[in-house]
Amino acid sequence: MSLSTLTKPWEAMSYGFLDGSAKRELRRKMLKSVAVPGCQMPYASREVPMARGWGTGGLQVSLTLVNPQTRVKVIDQGADDSVNAASIRRFIARVAGTPTTMDTLEADLIQSRHRIPEEILREDQILVLQVPNPEPLRPVQPNMSIARQMHADADYGRMWLQLYEQIVRSGRVMQGASYPSLVHGRHVMTPSPIPRWDVPKLHMAKHLTILSAGREKRIFAVPPYTRVEPLVFSDVPYKVEEHGHLTCTRSGTTGFFMNEIPRDDGTSSFEVSDSEWGVKTIRARDGDGESRGETWYKNGEMPQ
Amino acid sequence: MTLALDAPRIVETRPLLEVHGVSKSYKSIRAVRNVSAHAYQGEVLGIVGESGSGKSTLLRMMNLEEIPETGSYTLDLPDVSGNLFELDRFARRMLCATKIGIVYQNPHLGLLMKHSSSGNVAERLLVAGERSFATLRQAATEALDASEFPLDRLDAPPIELSGGMQQRVQLAKAIALEPALLLLDEPTTGLDVSVQALVLDTLKRLQQDRQITMVIVSHDLGVIRTLADRVMVMRRGEVVETGLADQIFQDPQHPYTQQLVHAKL
Repeated sequence: MSLSTLTKPWEAMSYGFLDGSAKRELRRKMLKSVAVPGCQMPYASREVPMARGWGTGGLQVSLTLVNPQTRVKVIDQGADDSVNAASIRRFIARVAGTPTTMDTLEADLIQSRHRIPEEILREDQILVLQVPNPEPLRPVQPNMSIARQMHADADYGRMWLQLYEQIVRSGRVMQGASYPSLVHGRHVMTPSPIPRWDVPKLHMAKHLTILSAGREKRIFAVPPYTRVEPLVFSDVPYKVEEHGHLTCTRSGTTGFFMNEIPRDDGTSSFEVSDSEWGVKTIRARDGDGESRGETWYKNGEMPQ
Repeated sequence: MTLALDAPRIVETRPLLEVHGVSKSYKSIRAVRNVSAHAYQGEVLGIVGESGSGKSTLLRMMNLEEIPETGSYTLDLPDVSGNLFELDRFARRMLCATKIGIVYQNPHLGLLMKHSSSGNVAERLLVAGERSFATLRQAATEALDASEFPLDRLDAPPIELSGGMQQRVQLAKAIALEPALLLLDEPTTGLDVSVQALVLDTLKRLQQDRQITMVIVSHDLGVIRTLADRVMVMRRGEVVETGLADQIFQDPQHPYTQQLVHAKL
């Protein structure tokens, strides 16, 4: 018996880029974060061939969860074809041999930055969100060790201070993205910089959401069928962006989250932010078959 | 016409605040040794002493920021009972938020400098669980008005305000929930004399209007003389003399108190 029969042949890297111990750690931390919804779990964020802050947290989670059968979809600001989304998708496919897709309904694993797709996700799908700043208390408590204690005590009074200030200064809640939300009635989390439009989609959702911050080394999760309630004053109701009446200039779809595109004459046109939804709408319009699934928002309104 | 007067009765109320036999050391330094103090409802207790005499430590213990090695602390309030030093973190936080108000010498300790002044006051109510914007706004405005803060600067952050104004914001924050006990740690030190007089004026008026029990710590005898009903003189962690304010200032008994009173310019 020689040493070569006991060892595996040389490979450029482990399956899915991360080594076994890194994946094991991430899996354990994911289980932990699912067990305590919304609670931030520290983990040892590994180096991936991408700069911190470009979705390394989400990428590590995706690399840990994939197997050769997992269909992967990557979204950047709603679009599948932006540079960042395309390179992450290609990277995952290259190191893990996974099939990729742009169709939300076909995907098993969706890694996303800043958006949740407009079509309702199912129980068998996992949404991975990239998080730049996981600590909702940072604006009101710069000392992170005290912030951790506040999480432990569920001492969230100060979170409303932020909203109070915004209403005082601007007459309404200005928090546009990463709207602080109470998960399972216990932990306040920042749901990554998704717009207010997307926060109600997390409430009692069928799918598992994992949020991971690579630079800040924190992971947290919203398990399926978990309450996610945005923090509000009792006399100031939660409002999503007023996009319900806007129509996409390219696909003609109405009632979804739009990107505003300024025009030369000072007005602006709108384009649906979830690019795949736009593509599907165009396909349906051109008679190439209906592939659109059921959406969270109906006629620009989120049914209660 | 005859005036019917009741015969004078012996008052048999329990003090609102009672601290008994507290001691606190920091490593080898014994900051407070076996100190007892009490204050009745609506009374102002002044604590004087030189720097390092343990007066601020005593006040911090009354605010439950520090827990002494020995001693007990009771507040005679409807839903408060037992030795408060034995409360857990949650109960302590709730008690401090709803029953005790504090004004620090350094506004940075008591205020969020970059948030608005009204927000600072509202925070107090938020911690206590208030979640209605209109109520918060109104309560913050009322508290700031009561501490004679100019309402046109309601939403200015404390960092942009003068020292006297910062103290007023602290005061408004302290009285926002109508606490039973107000602790003042050198509230006017560092302010110039005219502003100091204005802040003292506010304090005095508040005390008369609301009958709040106050404990005021200062090394400035003038401040104590203006506000306090009863005075406690501390030195090296111990109480050397207690008595009514006039008594202490007119007829000091302990040599250290005599020195202190006479040293006043």
